[in-house]
Amino acid sequence: MLVQPDRVHRSVYADAQIFDLEMEKIFGRAWLVLGHESQVKYEGDYFTTRMGREPVVVVRETKDRIGAFINRCAHRGTTVCAEGRGNAERFVCPYHGWSYDRSGMLKAAPFADGYAKETLAGMRLKAVPRVAAYRGFIFGSLSSSGESLESFLGPAKASFDDFVDRAPGGVLEVAGGVFKHAYNGNWKLMLENHLDGAHPAWVHASSVAVARGAPEPGKPGEEHYYDIAVRQMRQNGAPDSVWENTGMWTTPRGHGYMGDYHDDSRLVVGMGNPVFDSYRKKLAEEKGEKEADRALRVTLWNTVVYPNCSFMSQFRQMRIIHPLAVDRSVVYTYSFRMPGAPQRMFRDTIAFSNVVNGTGSWVLTDDLEVYERIQRGFASGAVEWAQIGRGYGRDVQEPGGAARGGTGTSEIFIRAQMRAWLDYMTAQ
Amino acid sequence: MDVAQFLYHEARLLDTQQLEAWLELFTADATYWVPLEKDQRDPLETSSIIHDDKTLLDLRVKQARHPRAHARLPLARTVHQVSNVSAREKDGETEVHSTLVLVEFRNDKQRTWGASVEHRLRRDGKSWKIAHKRVDLVNSEGELDGIAILF
Repeated sequence: MLVQPDRVHRSVYADAQIFDLEMEKIFGRAWLVLGHESQVKYEGDYFTTRMGREPVVVVRETKDRIGAFINRCAHRGTTVCAEGRGNAERFVCPYHGWSYDRSGMLKAAPFADGYAKETLAGMRLKAVPRVAAYRGFIFGSLSSSGESLESFLGPAKASFDDFVDRAPGGVLEVAGGVFKHAYNGNWKLMLENHLDGAHPAWVHASSVAVARGAPEPGKPGEEHYYDIAVRQMRQNGAPDSVWENTGMWTTPRGHGYMGDYHDDSRLVVGMGNPVFDSYRKKLAEEKGEKEADRALRVTLWNTVVYPNCSFMSQFRQMRIIHPLAVDRSVVYTYSFRMPGAPQRMFRDTIAFSNVVNGTGSWVLTDDLEVYERIQRGFASGAVEWAQIGRGYGRDVQEPGGAARGGTGTSEIFIRAQMRAWLDYMTAQ
Repeated sequence: MDVAQFLYHEARLLDTQQLEAWLELFTADATYWVPLEKDQRDPLETSSIIHDDKTLLDLRVKQARHPRAHARLPLARTVHQVSNVSAREKDGETEVHSTLVLVEFRNDKQRTWGASVEHRLRRDGKSWKIAHKRVDLVNSEGELDGIAILF
């Protein structure tokens, strides 16, 4: 067995045949996060993405329906839609002009007389069999059957709820540009890192050190542009006791989330800040004081949605990972604006994104360096196993199907991901 | 010092990893900007690959010297090839446009960068200080491995 309760075989990260199987059995079946409804606001709006290795177009077919299809002409295999986003009435293949409507149906093909009528009838861009949304986030599955999106998410719905409930009117929109960073490492390495409370003290030692030497954050209303990012880098250097006391939850599908790590006074430009106060006031007017308090006190931090997404609801950052090869991955990082909140709050989101999650970040670049070093280590056949046993045997089952690590640095989140991995890989 | 010579001097400080001396070239109110998007106008509400004021730039140099700066240890070796330099006076400063071809090597990976660069310079005795530097990478919107160098 390549996956055991407290250890994983290196080939799970390094074997190209296993990677091919993952694309079929995991990325070919699971619900994958595709994006957000704000990216396709109006009829005909579309954006391109990937599902595993499949090139995909997500499109608002009608006011009430979002669909997705494989970006591959039925005729000669060309991608019909150029990479990017836009608005289209028809998707026209650049090779021979076959054209498809927004639902992917073939509407016209030059020299159609050359085919028997029944050959072209019903021809279409292959549809992504299942597309569904949860609170504005669009998911797709390449499998025509399987569990519902809600059942797949399970307790991880709480993290999406947190993301949306913090926004006045529940409205979020993707804005501010997309970072696309790549690394020479397996896709799982990123997902296994995002809930790892034992790594920041080591991997991020240099950014923690420089952040400690940064000017003190400005008084409420007089913050520096970068205070939010400096706070986050300093928080990465929190004492061991903070990490041990962080909540760490996982779900049967391999999702996971951290809690109790940040509260708004420590992290977001805190109470007393006039911008934050007016945001809070707006939430309270809308939902009542009690509900506004509740929404802002949910302190779920990084959430991993296995197998392709990770997000930070308090900072409105979402990362979608696209596996390219067993040892090559690319990650798209999106920021979200809350149109109903003071505009200034989005500046904090952008400053945070640049410094913490951006391609030229102080923080991310050290993570990427370590992923590549792990991949080089796993390429070695001299040692077979990697350890995932910290806190093993101390996991606590919670109502609703979640399991909580005995402490915040438990590797329960990797064990949960590997258990989900095994379920997908061995399912018929 | 003429403007082109100043740019070559700046490039040489970067290529010889004299980062502290390079930092000294910037004014106290300087900005150093590597936009994420083509023709990006706004650094505050659109993400940037790097958007630093002098304080952040100082921290960036300090990080590069930290003994556990994994992505920067060792620093990449670089060659900054600066050319097509043209200058004009604008709003009391000298606005300089140039092109940059940069070869970076680290960890057995070699990368080539191309960029349009804008400097805004202020007179400093016989030399210059950089009040603003903007580096538009031709592949800023592409899928890029982590960036731990200075352009």
